[in-house]
Amino acid sequence: MKSRHKRMVFIAVGLAALAGAVGLIMNALNSNINHFFSPTEVQADAAPKDRSFRLGGLVEVGSIKREDDGLTVHFRVTDNAEVVPVIYTGILPDLFREGEGVVAQGNITSDGVFMADEVLAKHDETYMPPEVADALAKAELAKAEAKAAETTGAANIQTPVKIQEGI
Amino acid sequence: MFNLFKYSSPASFYPLAGRLAVGFGIASVILLVIGLYMSFFVAPTDYKQGEGYRIMFIHVPAAWMSMWIYVVMACFAAAGMIWNTRLSSMMASSLAPTGAMFTFVALWTGALWGKPMWGAWWVWDARLTSELILLFLYVGFMALESAIDDPRRAARASGLLALVGVINVPIIYYSVQWWNTLHQGSSIKVVDGGIEASMSEIMLWTLLVMTFACWFYAVAVSLSRVRSTILERESDAVWVKALLKERKA
Repeated sequence: MKSRHKRMVFIAVGLAALAGAVGLIMNALNSNINHFFSPTEVQADAAPKDRSFRLGGLVEVGSIKREDDGLTVHFRVTDNAEVVPVIYTGILPDLFREGEGVVAQGNITSDGVFMADEVLAKHDETYMPPEVADALAKAELAKAEAKAAETTGAANIQTPVKIQEGI
Repeated sequence: MFNLFKYSSPASFYPLAGRLAVGFGIASVILLVIGLYMSFFVAPTDYKQGEGYRIMFIHVPAAWMSMWIYVVMACFAAAGMIWNTRLSSMMASSLAPTGAMFTFVALWTGALWGKPMWGAWWVWDARLTSELILLFLYVGFMALESAIDDPRRAARASGLLALVGVINVPIIYYSVQWWNTLHQGSSIKVVDGGIEASMSEIMLWTLLVMTFACWFYAVAVSLSRVRSTILERESDAVWVKALLKERKA
């Protein structure tokens, strides 16, 4: 075999190995990276019963209850269709709040309670001062009230509502 | 006319690099002082994350720099392979330690941020994993280069690694869109030619000042590093001997 051919074979094998590695990584990322089951899937028995998995959804508003030891927390995870009760002992992240996104890792017991070993909070990419957040919430409320007034037909005069869109 | 190729020779680039390094160094310190003051005292508290979000002002510039320096390094490596210029490969190897440092800072501050906010130092999500691979690419580049004694062969081998690794940069950047990651999406997006940021204006300015501080730091440090490399590799050249004689006198 000429040295030029050897080089070509070497490059071809190298590229094939690289492509294989990238393919495997992409595949592993796709199937493993924070893939979670929603409460609907859990209630439909789609989630594994014998091993640990991730449960993702929103913390149901009004569902957080702390035990007297101060560490064990009971809450419910919802996807606005089904609900799964969760028990977790440990320190919760700062962004764990009612109505916010959460991903919990753990096992489901035979009576349908999810025993979490780890609770992660997911946050979004929006940052703003609290005053702006308040103003936005107020504008949102005013918008909803204006809409409600319109639909009930109580007043045909449209109330002028200044809505601050964006910052 | 300004002749770019005049400065592709180590002898004429050496003094220019010295002047540029000082200029960028001073600019970086000034911007860093302003940027840190803005980060701690001017930028407002976040409505959800409170004061903790302020780590963003070092985390995000470090992460941007880690990717940007890699691209610049790969361009120098490519230039060295195409035109066979000695200086290009020296530039590539001078950028690598700074790039690795910024990658480490991005991972480290990310862990410090992740623990209180997410509840975990580390998760194997696509953004974090691909950034870790970037650190390995930098370390691999430096290890490969220093493992081969002949500088020209070392530059070829490590340059090839740098070029192949470029594929990782868009993977890092788009990982938050392609996969369902715990890491949040980009706050600053280019939409229809304009820039859209989901943060208040003052936060954005602080981020920009800190980014330029990090950028200028990277330029200053890699230029002074490349000066040492030039002296080391060109130690037999007449101009280096003359320079040393001048210094001694």
